[in-house]
Amino acid sequence: MNMMSEAAVEKALDKKMNDISYKMIGKDVSVYYGEKRALYDVNLNVRENTVTALIGPSGCGKSTFLRTLNRMNDTIDGCRVTGRITLDTDDIYDPAIDVVELRARVGMVFQKPNPFPKSIYENVAYGPRIHGLAKAKADMDAIVEQSLQKAGLWNEVKDRLQEGGTGLSGGQQQRLCIARAVAVSPEVILMDEPCSALDPIATAKVEELIHELRANFTIVIVTHSMQQAARVSQRTAMFHLGNLVEENDTDKMFTNPDDQRTQDYIMGRFG
Amino acid sequence: MSSTHIVSIYDEELKYLSRRISEMGGTAEQMVADSVRALVTTDAALAQKVISEDVILDNAERQINDKAIVTIAKRQPMAADLREIMGAIRIAAELERVGDLGKNTAKRVIAVQSSGMPRKLARGLEHLAELALMQLKEVLDVYATRSVDKAKAIRERDDEIDAIYTSLFRELLTYMMEDPRNITPCTHLLFCAKNIERIGDHATNIAETIYYMATGSQPEGERPKDDTSTSVVAAGLADASE
Repeated sequence: MNMMSEAAVEKALDKKMNDISYKMIGKDVSVYYGEKRALYDVNLNVRENTVTALIGPSGCGKSTFLRTLNRMNDTIDGCRVTGRITLDTDDIYDPAIDVVELRARVGMVFQKPNPFPKSIYENVAYGPRIHGLAKAKADMDAIVEQSLQKAGLWNEVKDRLQEGGTGLSGGQQQRLCIARAVAVSPEVILMDEPCSALDPIATAKVEELIHELRANFTIVIVTHSMQQAARVSQRTAMFHLGNLVEENDTDKMFTNPDDQRTQDYIMGRFG
Repeated sequence: MSSTHIVSIYDEELKYLSRRISEMGGTAEQMVADSVRALVTTDAALAQKVISEDVILDNAERQINDKAIVTIAKRQPMAADLREIMGAIRIAAELERVGDLGKNTAKRVIAVQSSGMPRKLARGLEHLAELALMQLKEVLDVYATRSVDKAKAIRERDDEIDAIYTSLFRELLTYMMEDPRNITPCTHLLFCAKNIERIGDHATNIAETIYYMATGSQPEGERPKDDTSTSVVAAGLADASE
């Protein structure tokens, strides 16, 4: 895998560590599915160049919150979002915002790898093409290669770029989806349980990748695996029954959390 | 703990650790008490019993460590559970050391006996041992109840033991200066006193570990110290005793 050197990653992170800057700010975010309220006044800020993990039992609202960050909830009938979410200084629920452009800035990787039924090359090139990011074929080739490099997939697929993306293994497909998300140079990448359909080796590769991507992107990941959250993230937010229970440094969260509900959940004591 | 794990066998594994720690504590306590009694009553048979019991603690520590490692590998414990297991490993090591100190005291019984130790010398040691054993007993009770306040209190009381140890040190030095025939038994008794004083330190370490297990943080501030034996010199004593 062609990755940034460890030193380069650390250097990039050091530069950012000195002052906390928030990439996205969620203020009093509530979400309703019809009559049913799924999120209650969540205040959660996403730090730049940081991996933020969202954890909590099923139905706690963590995926709902994730989806508010690039307005994926817009596609669900009867879904209503209140409160304010900003990306840098832009209110992403401002009617003037172009949702397609928003999703280019805030990309998403889903639970099940979902490559398009096209070639590996086309899977990656699709986004940059519709956003007009490449003028010539050479530009596009460069974007495809860089994206596959960043996703740690290049060496495995460089000789068969024209083969179908669906012919790859599950782990490779998921990294292809990450390459596809990376190709449009997003600022934030949302990941909704990106490893839950992968075996441990493929999971480790994706986790390694998340660590590398952090230097260039801000990442928010929903995961059911507490160990994964502990391994990949620097900040962790715990949701329960639609409320944000606690947000803390990951190291603190998994050794000595402040909230009893967090404690019970991470220790497998939820009765 | 407030509630039980969803996986009940996980609870069993943690209970196994705390049960074995309590057993180790009981054995260590008994060994120390017996070793001091053997010393004071010059009972070689009892001393031999203490020496042979040390292997029980060695084995128990090994079994606790093995179980702890398997549990960590299997359950990937978090937060208080992880502290519970790490605490068990540390406390087992402390108790194993307490057993070693009891054994060392027991080994000296023969030497002290053959040199003909005067009875009165042992009295100060008995008092020191009483205090150290009380510390050990209380810390084991605190382990059972996880009372943070009591753990702190035990930690703050170690200076009593240190103070008595220092005065015992002076006393033994005085006896040696009075009559060179006392040097052999008194040197052994000095080591015994040091052993017992160390038991107090181990009890304090255990108290700190329990505090950490319960709260996730280390108790604040320096632990009190009143062991000034490092600066006691014979010349000063000679002046004082004249």
